[in-house]
Amino acid sequence: MTATLPMTPAVAPALDALDALESEAIHIFREVAGEFDRPVILFSGGKDSTLLVHLAVKAFAPAPVPFALLHVDTGHNYPEVIDFRDRLVERLGLRLEVAHVQDWIDDGRLVERPDGTRNPLQTVPLLDSINEHRFDAVFGGGRRDEERARAKERIMSLRDAFGRWDPRKQRPELWNLYNGRHAPGEHVRVFPISNWTELDVWRYIQREGIELPEIYFAHQREVFRRDGMWLAEGPWGGPRGAEALVKKSVRYRTVGDGSCTGAVESTATTLDEIIAEVTASRLTERGATRADDRLSEAAMEDRKREGYF
Amino acid sequence: MQRASVDKGLATPDLSLLVDGLRAEREQGITIDVAYRYFGTPTREFVLADTPGHVQYTRNTVTGASTAELAVLLVDARNGVVEQTRRHAAVLALLRVPRLVLAINKIDLVDYDEAVLAAIAKDFAGLARSLGFADDAVVTIPVSALVGDNVVERSEHTPWYEGPTLLGHLESVPVTGPEVAAPFRMPVQYVIRPRGGADARSADAARGDLHDYRGYAGQVASGTVAPGDEVVVLPGGTRTTVAAVETADGPLDAATAGRSVTVLLADDIDISRGDVLASAAEPPRLTDELDTTLCWLAEKPLRPGARLLLKHGTRTTPVIVGAVGERLSLDSDVPTWEPAPEQLGINDIAHASLRTADPLPVDDYADIRATGSFLLIDPPTGNTLAAGLVGTPLAVH
Repeated sequence: MTATLPMTPAVAPALDALDALESEAIHIFREVAGEFDRPVILFSGGKDSTLLVHLAVKAFAPAPVPFALLHVDTGHNYPEVIDFRDRLVERLGLRLEVAHVQDWIDDGRLVERPDGTRNPLQTVPLLDSINEHRFDAVFGGGRRDEERARAKERIMSLRDAFGRWDPRKQRPELWNLYNGRHAPGEHVRVFPISNWTELDVWRYIQREGIELPEIYFAHQREVFRRDGMWLAEGPWGGPRGAEALVKKSVRYRTVGDGSCTGAVESTATTLDEIIAEVTASRLTERGATRADDRLSEAAMEDRKREGYF
Repeated sequence: MQRASVDKGLATPDLSLLVDGLRAEREQGITIDVAYRYFGTPTREFVLADTPGHVQYTRNTVTGASTAELAVLLVDARNGVVEQTRRHAAVLALLRVPRLVLAINKIDLVDYDEAVLAAIAKDFAGLARSLGFADDAVVTIPVSALVGDNVVERSEHTPWYEGPTLLGHLESVPVTGPEVAAPFRMPVQYVIRPRGGADARSADAARGDLHDYRGYAGQVASGTVAPGDEVVVLPGGTRTTVAAVETADGPLDAATAGRSVTVLLADDIDISRGDVLASAAEPPRLTDELDTTLCWLAEKPLRPGARLLLKHGTRTTPVIVGAVGERLSLDSDVPTWEPAPEQLGINDIAHASLRTADPLPVDDYADIRATGSFLLIDPPTGNTLAAGLVGTPLAVH
């Protein structure tokens, strides 16, 4: 059986599609504020987590956002994104906790991978931080349209004391009645923008005038080609063997660990141009530009099971 | 998908790879869980909840149906209406999905025979009527999902078919929910007080005009709310007037079902999360005795006398299960209510009487979904055990 939920009424629209998505996300933020003691928003400075913070501000205005922010920092960041992150936190007067993956490598709790990618290494610092700060609800910017294991994710999703996701034991999620009950030591991941598409995110960013890090817009950058993606040189490494740096007009569709997040060739310097580009694209931002999701058919499911975002 | 299909040694794309997102699903070749997919056309955006058909996953059908504005039931033209069709149709009727499409698939395999399709459509119309669907709530469309007949483009093989294509219908069918025309209801989620404790450091809170700000945050569950409306706060029963309806973008003239707002009231009343704001002229009934219909979703059986938790709107309250009533049988051609079983097992749908610790402001599910629905929760594990509906929304004729 297939059920469809058209979100734009044909006649006399009470709420347009973006209004409906905004109202749904605000409802989810308020449910968590009402039922949990120590919620936190995972915040990387990327477009989805910036959108989450914007929605949280709207959910509680004129009062401030009643949540802290947590950034699991791989150390493989673009400086523009870290600047952006710090300015936003300062402007909103929020509390930001940063878990540096490097600290876990330095004291031996984690070991650097041979390929230099630190994305999979974020899981342990994330879970350690959740335990240390006793966070009981953890907001993520995951969307169901990104990837097919995420398409099966609940809006409010239980993690056991080990941070694990068991897709076979998910609670049924009915109407908009979210069941966030959990035992001490367990926590709940919450995805307020589950039902947004990449295009919805961009249209809403445009409508609301949300500021983003400049790397989302086309710029000149030295990049090299690997596995069909344009990667930039950085502390995480650079071209190997026959790979050569070339200067291209590129932009990023996601911001993640620099070692595995590719740029796309683009001349889109405005939101209008980005929206036109996303509309024409057949691949989601993860499928197109994230090497970590292309490792295997179930790469995301496997990482999610271990407690990844 | 094409890459994965080739990896699996398949010559043609395996379409199930699109929705079978979990390792176990691909290993077993079945869909276990609801998969959400998103697509848009120039006229509408769609969220598609693909729910599995197997009987042991009825709980996922219930989940998908609980938020659907329209359901597409797929039947195979070679088999017609089967047990699974009847079960799904009954769940859709119970959950009050307002509109149905019967998509008769694989018409290419019955040589586009009009008579075969007419027979299936007639069969299903009888079933839909017995479940209480109005005739105009059901549309039958002959399609071939593989070849594309009548999905997006009209098929040249079905000149006898005069109705819309599947996509044409989805793009044009009215979807304004019954919630909009119903009386106003809004469960209070959170009280917004900028001057409250730790919030006082906020720049906004320093403004004198927010000193006494006390806003009730919630999503309008049904009807419309506007400044000047008389409302009642339940379960307390105090009446007051709406002073303002706000969002972060400013005040609104009115807000309809689905909109998240902050409501300010004329009088200073003690209101907290769990309370419901409702139309004073047409309030819900306040009761601690509920006649309900339960969709049992858990492996753990339900026995009369069980002590559980009930979540209704934004309130969770202890509940004792009284008698278990008739159980819906979907084994015969027409769904029937059969005598009460001793206990309920997974995927059972049955009537049950409940007694709650706190009185709840409820409506019949058939009238207002939001205040007529609830969850039953297992106190030790916190797991969701049942989807509950106030009243008996499925009367079999």
